[in-house]
Amino acid sequence: MTTPVLDIRDLSVSYHTDRGLLRALRHVNIQIQPGRIIGIVGESGCGKSTLIAAIIRLLAPNAQIDGGSVLFRRNDLLGLDPEDMRALRGDEISLVFQDPMTSLNPVMTIGRQMTNIQYRENRSKAQMLARATSLLERVGIADPAEQLKRYPHHLSGGMRQRVAIAMALMTEPALLIADEPTTALDATLEVQIIHRLQQLQRDFGCAILFISHHLGVIAELCDEVVVMYAGEVVESGTTRDVFLKARHPYTRKLLECDPARIEQATRNLPVIAGKLPDLVDIREGCVFRSRCDSSIDRCARQRPALDGGDHCAACHVAGQ
Amino acid sequence: MSSRSDFFRETFASLRKDPLGMMGLIIVVVILLSAIFASLLAPHDPLEVDVYNRLQDPTWQHLLGTDQLGRDVLSRVLFGGRIALKVALVAISVSLGVGLLLGMLAGFGPTWLDRLLVVCFDTLRSFPTIMFALAIVALIGPSLNTVIGVIIITSIPVYARIVRTQTQALRNQDFILAERAMGASTARILGDHILPNIAAPLLILASMDVPAVVGMEAGLSFLGLGVSPPTASWGSILNDGYSYLRNSPWPIIAGGIPLILVTLGFTFFGESLRDILDPKLRRKGGAS
Repeated sequence: MTTPVLDIRDLSVSYHTDRGLLRALRHVNIQIQPGRIIGIVGESGCGKSTLIAAIIRLLAPNAQIDGGSVLFRRNDLLGLDPEDMRALRGDEISLVFQDPMTSLNPVMTIGRQMTNIQYRENRSKAQMLARATSLLERVGIADPAEQLKRYPHHLSGGMRQRVAIAMALMTEPALLIADEPTTALDATLEVQIIHRLQQLQRDFGCAILFISHHLGVIAELCDEVVVMYAGEVVESGTTRDVFLKARHPYTRKLLECDPARIEQATRNLPVIAGKLPDLVDIREGCVFRSRCDSSIDRCARQRPALDGGDHCAACHVAGQ
Repeated sequence: MSSRSDFFRETFASLRKDPLGMMGLIIVVVILLSAIFASLLAPHDPLEVDVYNRLQDPTWQHLLGTDQLGRDVLSRVLFGGRIALKVALVAISVSLGVGLLLGMLAGFGPTWLDRLLVVCFDTLRSFPTIMFALAIVALIGPSLNTVIGVIIITSIPVYARIVRTQTQALRNQDFILAERAMGASTARILGDHILPNIAAPLLILASMDVPAVVGMEAGLSFLGLGVSPPTASWGSILNDGYSYLRNSPWPIIAGGIPLILVTLGFTFFGESLRDILDPKLRRKGGAS
């Protein structure tokens, strides 16, 4: 068994709010093996962004980590001192953001930004530029030398996202975290970026943690899927297993709601009835129970734990 | 890197298309040159007294006439420009520098520091400038350095507040977060990313601030709180002229026109610069 690149164990994070402690993440376990692409899927507010912020330790000031550990190659990131953590960011762990329109500095040329982030390398200006050019080429940007002289507002959204990906891969990180990198792009670009990411993953051999609420993208790109609901992992397994043999009722409902699966023309898109539970006041039992069709008495009393195995679900009634 | 010289070339090219801005630039350049080369341009010694020819109307010998002590007004205006621009340069660069530092500290630092600094800025701003100047002058006596000091102290909060607001607006932008996520230190974020983003509005503000500072120096000197008597300043020329207005209007005219020119020149130039540098108002976005 190889050491996972990232091993999140029993991680709990909460936010101090006016109403009390909002428990955004509860007992989250996620493992990422080297060179794998893991997708995290879940609706808005399920804790995806909190999870990323906790991994790179850039949580909002009102957040607190209640427990658990984030092991990056066996080192607990949560125990690292701030300077060591800073050295790791952008070197071993990189991030691609959701909105390429705002993730680049508007007053600097692409070239300057791309050479600027190489400050940790001992390279000459010419070498830095050459490195930037070669990376732009690898993310599929035509005429990279010319693009380096441009400002972000000269480029389209897809181009900017490619630039952002190139910048994230600059140091050949062991882990690339992509926070909904295709949500702000249109569908054709989305496919291009996904294929490019797959290609790059093979070239660079990095593990990718891919966050999305677009099931189609996850199915296309990821090796494994983690389904999150209201701050908990409710199901995880290989993409094939989760998509074809979903065990958790939430996952099944999520899949039913995917517009790509709907066969008839309809005015009423399917929805999951009910709403997310209040994370300030969490009641006993299963978090999904209020929206679940197949809940039993036990669901109200006892919080289901993730069962073991490669394809696990946190549900009392999930069949094997 | 060549992009920097491109930037100036592009800015200048846009400026040339704006007649008002170009006029402003020409006035600014002329005033700067006349101040720098005052000793070469001035036909007379600005302090040379000639009581037999006092309060003369313009003649070929004294192009703007003479004042109540027979001193050549043109020479005094030229040397007065030196004082005005020296005050503007020193006061604005110091207050810009300090304001930048404090503003970024307040905008990017911890909340308690922000609150503390804002209280300081507000306290300083709440004094009427002239009262403040009078108090300082009463304490340490009138001199050019006092004027510069007063202007610096009252201008720092203005710059600092703008820098603070801009920094706060930028600190939560995705690209700053991206930099953090890429492991950039606070110093790197401030220097490499925040500063270039706020530099343009600051430069515009500084350029528009020149007339205000020049006017303040003239005002303080007019009240006798600025330069000490024999030295020529636009304010002291106005004051001298004011006392002898019934005898000759020329010193007032000669001291007032450069003040108007400075105000117009720097304002036109600053406004034109703002239109060019503000990316939202930019008309064409061709590749550099």
